[in-house]
Amino acid sequence: MKLTKKFVGSVCHREKLNVPAGRAQMAAQGRQGGRKSNKMTALVVDDNVVNRAIHHRLLDNLSIESEAVGNGKEAVDIHCSGKTFDLILMDMDMPIMNGIEATRKLREMGIRSMIAGVSTRSVEHEIREFIEAGLDDYQEKPLTMSKLISIIHKIKG
Amino acid sequence: MNIVNQLQRQFIDFSTSLHREGFVDDQFTQLQKLQDENSPDFVVEVVSLFFEDCEKLINNMARALEQTQGVDFKQVDASVHQLKGSSSSIGAMRVKNACIAFRSFCEAQNREGCLRCLQQVTHEYSLLKNKLQTLFTLEQQILAAGGSIPVVD
Repeated sequence: MKLTKKFVGSVCHREKLNVPAGRAQMAAQGRQGGRKSNKMTALVVDDNVVNRAIHHRLLDNLSIESEAVGNGKEAVDIHCSGKTFDLILMDMDMPIMNGIEATRKLREMGIRSMIAGVSTRSVEHEIREFIEAGLDDYQEKPLTMSKLISIIHKIKG
Repeated sequence: MNIVNQLQRQFIDFSTSLHREGFVDDQFTQLQKLQDENSPDFVVEVVSLFFEDCEKLINNMARALEQTQGVDFKQVDASVHQLKGSSSSIGAMRVKNACIAFRSFCEAQNREGCLRCLQQVTHEYSLLKNKLQTLFTLEQQILAAGGSIPVVD
């Protein structure tokens, strides 16, 4: 695996905002990025093809446009390319870069989107580590419609 | 009772038995509820993805366990973890439970135990595949006869 210049040392060339990571300030900041439609957007970050398909369907049913990537590094890359999303559904266990590292990196980059961790882990300290990396919410898998709706209600404040 | 009613009755009985025998759990019902006019083939598509993924992962596990130089139990566990995740997501309860048992043998680095679990997982996957294919066939028959698929809660 080649390390591109972008990822040696600090994060990609994107203005780093020295805002402490933590609660999403979605309500105050409003929508991020310039978008033609008023649809909410989401990024699904999961290494499993079945989960990606299910999460996409759940979001689609709520009229949320979504994209999917297979690991934390791809999630960071897609933000480096300039895209932002209203919601990020972040799996924990992924190859190359896991959900904890990816969440930390995204927060360091100044990403204020709602990041909801979705994982099968049930050990408290592991979940805590994930949350402390910068999650706004955490849900145990499998993701259901009611869990997704509760995540979205948090965005709307 | 006309043909549609007969088929619907069959479908309901079969669905109920799948739940009762633990082949699927409530998560599967959740997926069925996600299917609508905009995505009429959603369940079949996701289940197909699951079975493809299953086959790939089972092959990975088998290959890893065959290594005579020494089994990389971390590698086996990684595949079992993946399969546990996806089976849980579609509600394939018996496959998921087989994976849970499998993981403890991986942790114990017990090759014999792992091989037995692999057999069990493969067996559960085959059973489920047959069951779901029957379910989908019943659905097709109902639709072909002009009926609608009952919602089994």
